[in-house]
Amino acid sequence: MIKESLQGKKIAITGSTGFLGTALVELLLREVVDVQLRLLIRPSGRRSPQKRLERDILRNDAFDSLRSTIGNERFEEIVTAQLKALPADISKPHLGLDTDGVKELAECDVIIHSAAAVSFDEPLDRAAEVNLMGPVRLIETLKETNATPHLVMVSTCYVAGNRKGKAPEKPLSQSPFYVPLNWREETEAARRTRAYTEDDSRRSENLEKFREEAKEELGAPGISVIAGKTEQIRERWVKEKMVQAGRERATSLGFPDAYAFTKAMAEQAVQEIKGNIPLSIIRPSIIESSWQSPKSGWIRGFRMAEPIILNFGRGTLKEFPGIPEGIIDIIPVDLVASAIVAAASQNPPDETKIFQVASGSCNPIRIGLLADYVHDYFGKFPILDDKNQPITPSKWEFPGRGRVVTQLTRAKRILKITERTLHKLPIRGTSAMVVADLEERRNELDKAMEYITLYGKYVECEAIYDVSNLLTLWNEISDSDKESFPFDPRIIEWKKYVYDIHLPTVISQGRVKTSPTPTNVNSRNSRLRKQVLDPKRQLAVFDLENTLIASNVVSSWGYLATKRLPPSERVRIIAKTLLEAPNMLAMDRRDRTDFLRNFYRKYEGAPVTQIDEDSIDMFNEFILNKSFPAAIRRVREHRSLGHRTLLITGALDFVVQPLKPLFDEILAPSLTTNGGNYSGKMNQVPPIGETRAAVLRDYADKHNIDLAESIAYADSTSDLPMLEAVGFPVAVNPETKLATLARRRGWLVENFQPVSGSPKKILPLGTSKES
Amino acid sequence: MSNNRKKHPRPGLVLEVDRTTPPTLFHHGESFRLEKLPTGRSRIIYPAEPLPGLRDPNGAIQHALENPLGDSAPLSALLSPGMKLTIAFDDISLPLPPMRKPDIRQRVIEAVLDTAAAAGVDDVHLIAALALHRRMTEAELRHAVGDRVYDAFSPSGAIYNHDAEDPEGMTSIGTTPHGEEVEINKRAAESDLIIYVNINLVSMDGGWKSTATGLSGYTALRHHHNPQTMVESKSFMDQENSELHKSNWRQGKVLKESGIKVFQIETTVNNNTFGYDGPLAMLQKREWEWTLKDRALFLGMQGGIKRMSPQARRKAFNSWESPYEITSVQAGEVEAVHKQTTENVYKQHLVKVEGQTDVLTMGLPYICPYNVNSVMNPILVACLGLGYFFNMYKGKPLVRKGGVVIMTHPTPWDFHPVHHPSYIDFFERVLSETTDAVEMSQKYEKAFAEDEWYRHLYRTSYAYHGVHPFYMWYWCSHALDHLSQVVIVGGQPDAVRRMGFRPASTIQDALEIASDTVGFSPSITHYHSPPILMADVT
Repeated sequence: MIKESLQGKKIAITGSTGFLGTALVELLLREVVDVQLRLLIRPSGRRSPQKRLERDILRNDAFDSLRSTIGNERFEEIVTAQLKALPADISKPHLGLDTDGVKELAECDVIIHSAAAVSFDEPLDRAAEVNLMGPVRLIETLKETNATPHLVMVSTCYVAGNRKGKAPEKPLSQSPFYVPLNWREETEAARRTRAYTEDDSRRSENLEKFREEAKEELGAPGISVIAGKTEQIRERWVKEKMVQAGRERATSLGFPDAYAFTKAMAEQAVQEIKGNIPLSIIRPSIIESSWQSPKSGWIRGFRMAEPIILNFGRGTLKEFPGIPEGIIDIIPVDLVASAIVAAASQNPPDETKIFQVASGSCNPIRIGLLADYVHDYFGKFPILDDKNQPITPSKWEFPGRGRVVTQLTRAKRILKITERTLHKLPIRGTSAMVVADLEERRNELDKAMEYITLYGKYVECEAIYDVSNLLTLWNEISDSDKESFPFDPRIIEWKKYVYDIHLPTVISQGRVKTSPTPTNVNSRNSRLRKQVLDPKRQLAVFDLENTLIASNVVSSWGYLATKRLPPSERVRIIAKTLLEAPNMLAMDRRDRTDFLRNFYRKYEGAPVTQIDEDSIDMFNEFILNKSFPAAIRRVREHRSLGHRTLLITGALDFVVQPLKPLFDEILAPSLTTNGGNYSGKMNQVPPIGETRAAVLRDYADKHNIDLAESIAYADSTSDLPMLEAVGFPVAVNPETKLATLARRRGWLVENFQPVSGSPKKILPLGTSKES
Repeated sequence: MSNNRKKHPRPGLVLEVDRTTPPTLFHHGESFRLEKLPTGRSRIIYPAEPLPGLRDPNGAIQHALENPLGDSAPLSALLSPGMKLTIAFDDISLPLPPMRKPDIRQRVIEAVLDTAAAAGVDDVHLIAALALHRRMTEAELRHAVGDRVYDAFSPSGAIYNHDAEDPEGMTSIGTTPHGEEVEINKRAAESDLIIYVNINLVSMDGGWKSTATGLSGYTALRHHHNPQTMVESKSFMDQENSELHKSNWRQGKVLKESGIKVFQIETTVNNNTFGYDGPLAMLQKREWEWTLKDRALFLGMQGGIKRMSPQARRKAFNSWESPYEITSVQAGEVEAVHKQTTENVYKQHLVKVEGQTDVLTMGLPYICPYNVNSVMNPILVACLGLGYFFNMYKGKPLVRKGGVVIMTHPTPWDFHPVHHPSYIDFFERVLSETTDAVEMSQKYEKAFAEDEWYRHLYRTSYAYHGVHPFYMWYWCSHALDHLSQVVIVGGQPDAVRRMGFRPASTIQDALEIASDTVGFSPSITHYHSPPILMADVT
């Protein structure tokens, strides 16, 4: 009956790149002969809708079994003959369709609207534009063309809100929980909130706060990097405010989140304006991995429950919100897709028809039981920690959401404080990487907490979703349809589902460690190192201080200034410099170029020949002693691989002159001279921060080098512009800020050290030759 | 005169260890150990006591210059106005530890310069004949030749370090019948006379090795500084049986035949390494003869060392200068001079030993020829033990074929970044892949030897040549070929294992490890040095 009635029909689908949408496309292609599918797809980035159809839908493993059953050739044939992507964007007027697209849409017999912003952290206005105004625009477009296809709209059970008791399969206006919502007003309000928040974010005190935050995160990498970061922080701030606004508004009206809230409004709006368009509404509960088809456990992207399950398996989450006898309403995706197709195959209804696809009323699973299954599963198939030890899951005691959140908040706060404190310490290299790990852990906790907050709300929805309409439909369809389109929630065996289907999927999708492997950091680093040392690379550019040597411009000056002085004078000069140190450091942190400009004035009047001569001694006695042999080896390794090697430094040219044979070229500032003496002024802007990136780009242009195929080594966030300019950045002995960034962005981190046994000099004093 | 200075010093001694033998001194880097060796099957070889020094060294030098050995005219007769004269002298690697001022080189060079001045010679260059060693610093040059000589020659740039990588500075002399290239310093080659001022600390030094090696470079050295030659030098301390020396002598012959004139001045010093008196005097005494004062000083020193930071300890040890006394001066034709010198060296060093041993133990001190004012890195530890100490024999090795060497040294994973840059890379890259000398020589030697960065550092900084760590490893070739196992007691385990040796924390553990190959009651011989001794094994 279903197959026959849909055979040869033209069906439009929105949201086909999503979890449910992909399942729908697969099901229709597999079971309905000659069905014509029109997929409304939003161009994403540089990808055209056609490309997205190929890559995001057809290449998904949902189609694996269909491909292998009918053969690749036949599959391609079907796809070419029956599938067509229509460029569309449901947040735009006419759904962003061109004239042909509108025509195609109007010609359809059935339209399945499954596009939605389902993410839990959707900003209020965005949720409204997509979830509410999307279907409104769809109806308006149809009405303009006078088309009346059967509209099947995917909604959610949670439009009933956070209420106890039975939720019937009726329009919201007829439901006992009805809250009249003025959807036009709410949409306008959401848009106003956006405008207000955008304005607010641009207030000077807020902008200042964002800039401070950017500086705290990045240090002093130069104006444009800080500006970019500041803008990023501002946008994030606006988004957070909008997400919060969505949650608050939803909660104030009794909905678990903005998704359910906007969906509820959408149902009302569509009811109100649909005119003579026949409408069926499908309300699934929480959609999870599939029961049977396209294969058991098929899932696309991570849903709500997975992060919680994984965090439990990993031991980050020791408790779970909710009560053991509470019902958790989960429904496998294939059951939802089948129900939608079944509803679509019915005669277009005169009165809106509503089907709830949920398990809670006819085949409930209690939270306590689910917890037992999960606990048992991780007991038998534990996740391994970074030392390859199995993690023992803890037994849930259901202390209530409040306590779970408190637990997590406390853990997070401690991590945050530790992280802040460590950020202030002058640590580098391996210890700095520990801080980066801390950040990773905190982010994980953050995520778990978000999910707990959200999931908790769903768990606390104690409504029971009636499925009478669904079961009636089930009883009406033929046996062969029952086999092709199973949607009876009573067929789920929960133990099998949790134990054999869902958890294994979560584990494999979550890429967690269940068999012993060599430690992650090492294998990651050696993989990255291999990329860096690939003969295909073109240029390796190095910073000097703390990348090649553990020294800085101040100590170079200290050495040169004191070299020819009697010992008492030397100590005096160094003592004076030490007194200036706090000021100099502060200046260095603010702006390195200013600092250098200022500091190099100290060379004013220094005789050129003497400095040049002493620089060679300094190299031998001081710089080489503080060098990192592994770094020097790395430079040479690059050269032997045929890479061009370049040193870009803010240190003065005479200081780095002895390093000349190590590099193909050295770019360093020089001082102007004045009759045999140095003037203390630089000939050019020193290559620091953004200037360094600019100098590198010029160099690359001049030598026809592709920076995407180049490597940069540096130790500090002030080198960010240079690191970001190349395809393969390497953080060397990174300070905490850079360590955190490097970890986040997956950069290679090298820990180069001076060789043990090198003579240590506490103060950068030059020694005269006689001693 | 000190009580300990003896007019008739006692020769070396082989002591059988019994119940009454006190714990034996083992040098242990910048520290010492006292170890009990198993009774009944252990013996200790002690060096001879210091021979009396010359009463009038300057007179002896003068005498030698005017009464040359072999086919040579007196020095004054070889000098004439307008001639080009080059004085080459041994570098910082000799003697060990450095000698208290005045250094012998200073005495000899001053005498030579006086003679030259008297003869009206004014084109004189002084060259530190360091081959592929690191350049000497100004302070080190001053120590070797004295301030007066240095200040006289330095302003005109007439005293300097040999530079084997100066493309303009080397002259190819020819090839030996064995195909060995001969190449020396250009200034020396173009001189009317080379005067070589040597310190013959051990029997390996001197002879043609002075000029043919000291003033040479990689092109010539690779013909005898290689695994093949070193395996066949049994030992390289015994010229008669050393392929290394035969090759040098062949190169010397080419030099001689090309018309290069060498006036060789060789000197020997006695075993007064640690002084007759003073804080280290007990180190050259036999333990059962330590006085109460010696024992108190030793305990105090051990305690002090323990409390020092590694840097302070290194500095303290590096500051020790030996009060060596000159025992002989020979001058004239190279081979005749060297024959006499070697006899004089043997007089001080040779100790008769009967039969080989299963296990040879040795305590490695803080210094070897390549870490003066520097760091004794793991490769140098291996070279000192298995290169130098192991080869201190005539006749047969002290330890039997398939035997075990146990040496004590902390062997830290420490390197001097200025002096030994290529060692660091050799240790990290080459030894982590292979410890086989032949394999590494084929695979890596050339790349290290011709590396531009190492070349730059050798020429302008104070770095040993890029190829030098390979030579250190080749120096161990004979020992590694001969032994079944090497154990380093107290060594840093990672560093020791990197070299293919076994670390042990005590002598007992080391013997336990050795029992795998030599059983549970092996014969043990302890090589009690420094001061230096050479075993004449029959």
